[in-house]
Order: sequence, then C-alpha cells, then structure tokens
Amino acid sequence: MDLVSGEKLENMTSMEKIRLILDKVKTGRIVVLESGLTPDEEVRLIEMTMTEIRVDEFSGIEIESYPSKKEGSLFDRLFGRNIKGRLTVIGPANQLRTIEKDKYQISTKVSVGD
Amino acid sequence: MGFFSGFKRSLDAWINSIFKKKRAKIGLYGPPNAGKTTLANRIVHDWSDGESFGSVSPIPHETRRAMRKEGVMINANGSSIELDIVDTPGMATKIDFKEFMAFGLSEQEAKKRAKEATEGVIEAIKWLDDLDGVLLVMDSTEDPYTQVNVTVIGNMEARKLPLLIVANKMDLPNASPSRIKAAFPQHAMVPISALEGSNIDDLYEAIAHNFG
Repeated sequence: MDLVSGEKLENMTSMEKIRLILDKVKTGRIVVLESGLTPDEEVRLIEMTMTEIRVDEFSGIEIESYPSKKEGSLFDRLFGRNIKGRLTVIGPANQLRTIEKDKYQISTKVSVGD
Repeated sequence: MGFFSGFKRSLDAWINSIFKKKRAKIGLYGPPNAGKTTLANRIVHDWSDGESFGSVSPIPHETRRAMRKEGVMINANGSSIELDIVDTPGMATKIDFKEFMAFGLSEQEAKKRAKEATEGVIEAIKWLDDLDGVLLVMDSTEDPYTQVNVTVIGNMEARKLPLLIVANKMDLPNASPSRIKAAFPQHAMVPISALEGSNIDDLYEAIAHNFG
C-alpha cells in the first residue's frame, strides 16, 4: 500500500498523477492519495483505465473518494477552480472492494494474492 | 481544466443564466443498469414520434455506443424546451468479461461485450465536454455513494453546468429516493419509474425548469 502525500501530488501534473496511480495499481498495489484528484482528473483516470483493461490481466480499478468540497480563493471560485479533491483510495478491481461508504467514511476490504 | 476554458465556461454559464436559452443538449449519465435507455426511450415516445434509442437488457452494458436524438420538444407547466438528448453508455471503473458470462453469454461474446463496453465508457466521458447539462440516472434501490455518481456530480459542479438527479426504479419495493437526496442534498432530485412512467410529469417539469 502506498500513501501519497498531498505535497507530492501538488507538484505533479494530472498526467503524472494518473500514470503513477495506474502503474502502481497494475502491479497490485493499493494507492491512497492524501489530497485526492480533481473531478476532471478522476474522469481522465477512468478513461485511461479503460484503455488499459486486458482480458485476464487487468480488469480495471476500484476507486473511492468523498464528494468534492468547494474551497479556494475568490479568484479560484471565479474561474471554477475551487473544487478540491479529497482523500481517495484506488486499487485493482480484483483486490479492493468497497463495503460501505458515506459522506464521512469509506470502508473497504482488501484481498491479498488474488 | 485550463484558465481559458474555465473562464469560457463561467462566461457561458453567466450568459445562459441571463438569456435562459430554450434549447439544450443534455446527456443521460449513470452507472450500468440504472435505466438510462429506458428513460431515454420513454422521453422520445412521450414527446416525439421518433424511434427508440435502443434496446434494454438485464445484462450490464447493453448500451455501448452513445445515441443522440435532436429536437425533442418538451412542454411542461407552461414552459417548453427543445432538447438534444444523448443516451450514454454506463460509466464504470472496471469491466470484467466474466461478469457477462454469469448472464449466460459465451466467453467469446462476453469478451467482445467487455471490449465494446470499455470503448463505451470512453465515449461517455468524451461527451461530457459537449453538453449543456446532465440527467444523472441512479438506481434508487442501490447505494448512491458510487464513484460514478461522485465523479459525474463533481465534474458538473466544476464545469458549472446544471445537473438533475433522477432517482429511478421507485416502483421497486426496496427503492429509497430519500437516501439519494440525503447523499446529494445540493442538487434537485426527482423520483420516477422510467419503466412504469410514474412521476414522469414531475421530471418533465424539472427538466423545463432546470435546463430551460
């Protein structure tokens, strides 16, 4: 399991974040992102995941995050950049399973060696 | 999202809020088997003499290509709006062909369906860039906190585009539209049964109000 700090994510481009996540998840690792992804990065991650699905090798990802939160300066709000990502858990679809989720808590089950 | 695209979206939203345009291109989004195509078929049957969008099936990812119908005029509660409706394939983060084999498909059919389903998800995502609003269709018998729901809502909020949540399958005994409302209280929600047509007039009023 890799826990990636918000500080590290801040210094990465969207594509670097997506590549980092997929490279780790495809080798069976669970990735926890302290500050999550933006909504746009989340759909780009799903899009990239779809291109990498291979029969009997990789069936996709399980991703869980909380609903986005509106934050940021007046300038950010003016230009629609005030939606901040929140803690996000991502893992291989065959190893990570969400048991329960609500606004404040995500419960997951991790299977090892599947 | 870049500086200029963010600025353009904000400007578009502002202009639309002033001039209240009466034509909108809306996408039907949601997880597989939420009833998007059933709803799309009902809308075109109610408001146009056009053909159905597509077939429906209990097997997930029946819709694997986005379908568009132009010029569907909806009149509700004294106001009207002309819609271009895009029925999109179900969004998912994982697609395993074995899931389809459990519904009786052969391995070859299941693999073909899985391949087409991945392409369908990509197509649905691409359409997000070209819409004026979204009807997010949820199965009200299921947990609303799915990542697909969270991601679609987050994207519409970031793009400042209107979103209407459709709590479908209210005809089923374990349906709980109130759970959806509690999960996403900041957005308008209409409980319906696309299959039986229950509450469908409320949905048309909400469409005219939210997208008009």
